[in-house]
Amino acid sequence: MTTSADIVARCQALLEDLDFTEVRRWKAAEPGRKVIGYLPVYVPREIIHAGGMLALGVLGGGDGIEVIHGDAYYQSYICRIPRSTIELAITKRLDFVDGMLFPSICDVIRNLSGMWKLMFPGVYVRYFDVPQNFKDDIGGTYYVNELGELRAGLEGVAARTITDDDIRASVAVYNHNRRLVRRLYDYRATQPWKAPAWEVYLVIRAAMVLPVEDHSALVADYLAACEAEDRPMRDNCRIVLNGSFCEQPPLNLIKSIELAGCYIVDDDYMLVTRWLLDDVPEDGEPLANLAAAYLHHSMESAPKYVPDGAEKGRFLIDTVRRTAAEGVIFAAPSFCDPALLDRPMLAKALARENIPYISFKYAENTGQMQPIREQAGTFADSIKLWSEDVA
Amino acid sequence: MSDPKARQEVVKEPSMIKQKEMITANYDLLTGTHENGRKVVSTYVPGNLNELIMCFDMLNNLPEINAIQNGMRKKSGAMIMEAEKLGHSEDVCTYVKADIGMMAKGNIAPNGKPLPAPDLLLLSYTGCFTFMKWFELLRDEYGCETVMLQIPYEGDGVATKNMRDYVVKQLKEEVIPTLERISGVKFDIDRLRDYLRDSAAAEDNLVWVLESAKNRPSPIDAYFGGVFYIGPIFTAFRGTKDAVEYYRLLRVEIEERLAQGKGPVTPQGEMGEERYRLVVEGPPNWTSFRDFWKMFYEDGAVVVASTYTKVGGIYDQGFRHDPDHPLESLADYCLGCYTNLNLPDRVALIEGYMRDYDADGFLINSIKSCNSFSAGQLLIMREIEDRTGKPAAFIESDLVDPRYFSPANIKNRIESYFQMIDQKRLGAAA
Repeated sequence: MTTSADIVARCQALLEDLDFTEVRRWKAAEPGRKVIGYLPVYVPREIIHAGGMLALGVLGGGDGIEVIHGDAYYQSYICRIPRSTIELAITKRLDFVDGMLFPSICDVIRNLSGMWKLMFPGVYVRYFDVPQNFKDDIGGTYYVNELGELRAGLEGVAARTITDDDIRASVAVYNHNRRLVRRLYDYRATQPWKAPAWEVYLVIRAAMVLPVEDHSALVADYLAACEAEDRPMRDNCRIVLNGSFCEQPPLNLIKSIELAGCYIVDDDYMLVTRWLLDDVPEDGEPLANLAAAYLHHSMESAPKYVPDGAEKGRFLIDTVRRTAAEGVIFAAPSFCDPALLDRPMLAKALARENIPYISFKYAENTGQMQPIREQAGTFADSIKLWSEDVA
Repeated sequence: MSDPKARQEVVKEPSMIKQKEMITANYDLLTGTHENGRKVVSTYVPGNLNELIMCFDMLNNLPEINAIQNGMRKKSGAMIMEAEKLGHSEDVCTYVKADIGMMAKGNIAPNGKPLPAPDLLLLSYTGCFTFMKWFELLRDEYGCETVMLQIPYEGDGVATKNMRDYVVKQLKEEVIPTLERISGVKFDIDRLRDYLRDSAAAEDNLVWVLESAKNRPSPIDAYFGGVFYIGPIFTAFRGTKDAVEYYRLLRVEIEERLAQGKGPVTPQGEMGEERYRLVVEGPPNWTSFRDFWKMFYEDGAVVVASTYTKVGGIYDQGFRHDPDHPLESLADYCLGCYTNLNLPDRVALIEGYMRDYDADGFLINSIKSCNSFSAGQLLIMREIEDRTGKPAAFIESDLVDPRYFSPANIKNRIESYFQMIDQKRLGAAA
């Protein structure tokens, strides 16, 4: 049986390979294969898969790339993910990508879609807008039509028709993957010492580059390996991490939080893998099903509007309660408008529920972990002391 | 070039007096709701539905305009710091923080009286992601009702039928019923048509004024002066008889300047010889607005076209509010606001301005607070240089945070830029 260490080592190699060798290999294996890149937070990967193409999550260059060209495109007060993404493209690390989707996250990623059109005119580029009106006959109708336009665009890249049956089959494949990812998150929330956050991060991150079928097998293998292995339980506090849905932290930051005494029992990394909260129906109109899932059964995150003010922060509070977390760490990238604008409202909601929290900022290439360790460690200590007082 | 100090203080033109009266009266109405009983809608400049709001006898309060007022009156710095003390990040939009800080300091309007809490937040989510978070924050503060009007982004450079239908449907089924309920006034589409007719009349004259800058010398400055010219149409006056009259007066004045071969009016009177014709991208800095403008006019630089004056609607490319298609026309207006255009379209618009206005150069004032404008501007600059062969320059400041306006640096860069234009001219002449 494969050990968790073997699986994690493979995932780490995938993370560090900024040439995307595995994806290139997949593409080269059969003539005519196509790759569609997408940025955070959510795109309906089912439609890409239904066209026989590989969905590639592009989450910037992390701390493994020196940004030289990318800095010439961005002012100092703009976050790092667009500049390292541009760097990846200019240095031809994304030259095998046939299309790019830029989801509706913020103005920086939105404008990056136009930059891509200007800089890489041979690539299919689509700004992927989602409804902020959650009524079926208003936002839903709009979204179904947008999904139809996306399907038509992807058909152009794939040079084939993407039928309803194709999409229904892909929905089933992704439902299976989402169930496994949810199982992994539930497993970690229950026994975080058996599935450390940095390992879970790497396992989920692998979904950005692997075919979904391979990723499902990998998650299943990792869960089995964790169950078979024994790891010591530490006297850590349990926290939910929030604000890291776009630009990713360096792996060392996740390790540092855990080493400082915080088990991360939930997070918002790679939300695309868990964005839809339930299975999407595998029969009926597939685009309407995807739209309904988005409108009524999807996560809450800063890029998404909350129509009812009384519900603002409820999703985070429910996550804290469901995972029996003792606090929240707001960890947002510097200059991240959605996360940083959202934070005061979420913090206020947490305060009303007496849930402790701390905040810090990072960049994908943050190198100095000592301040973060100290801050997270102090937070963990205060939770432990506070919890004992309450008891 | 004449000594600016020797110039006479600017004589207020009738249009200036008219605009000032309009703004004063509007703030008096807004701060007098206890007496006049009017309901207040807070909304944004891009995607501003002033005609629709007027159909319900409601008043239009624009948080960006309040922030600009506070910026120009040197009050925004303290407000921003107040918001930061309350937990708002130093990294985010200073319009938002100026607004939150203004609230914390009593929400005092320029007339010295407190602004009322809005009865409705009309979230016209047009061309700026921050708008959505901003109104969530305001809703959190005021606890009042909010209605969202999402305007899809023109990512592929077109407003599709799906986008337009979506906006119209939101207007019909979300926005109008909410306005009816809050105001107690039934919607009358013919009333809306009447307002839109007046909007179009004012828009015709605004376009004429903006396009007068194609002349040499330009009788207007289409950026520093332009922000005053767009004021009524971008704010609480589009669709009013006052706005029609304002733009009529303005046009007469500019026609007269044109006939006399005069350049723009500046805060220090008539501008001297026109030496540099520029196209400018990005909003101005408001906290040092006059000092910033002076850096241009004292060297004979006039802005002949700007993108900021299109942020609340692009009228010079042919769009007019259309009384025959009222809701569709409001949808088209919102979809077509400048920051709702994709980058290739923004570049094409600027390239057209460079050509049509016979500009010598292109300048970007990049705003720290405003990623909607700023992300991608360095690529826009390269594209314009490549396509036009004209020199471009890049300066950085902020909207209403005085900490990010560095006069010496900016002046130094602008002067160097003018020298670059001179050298380019010499090179071309040789």
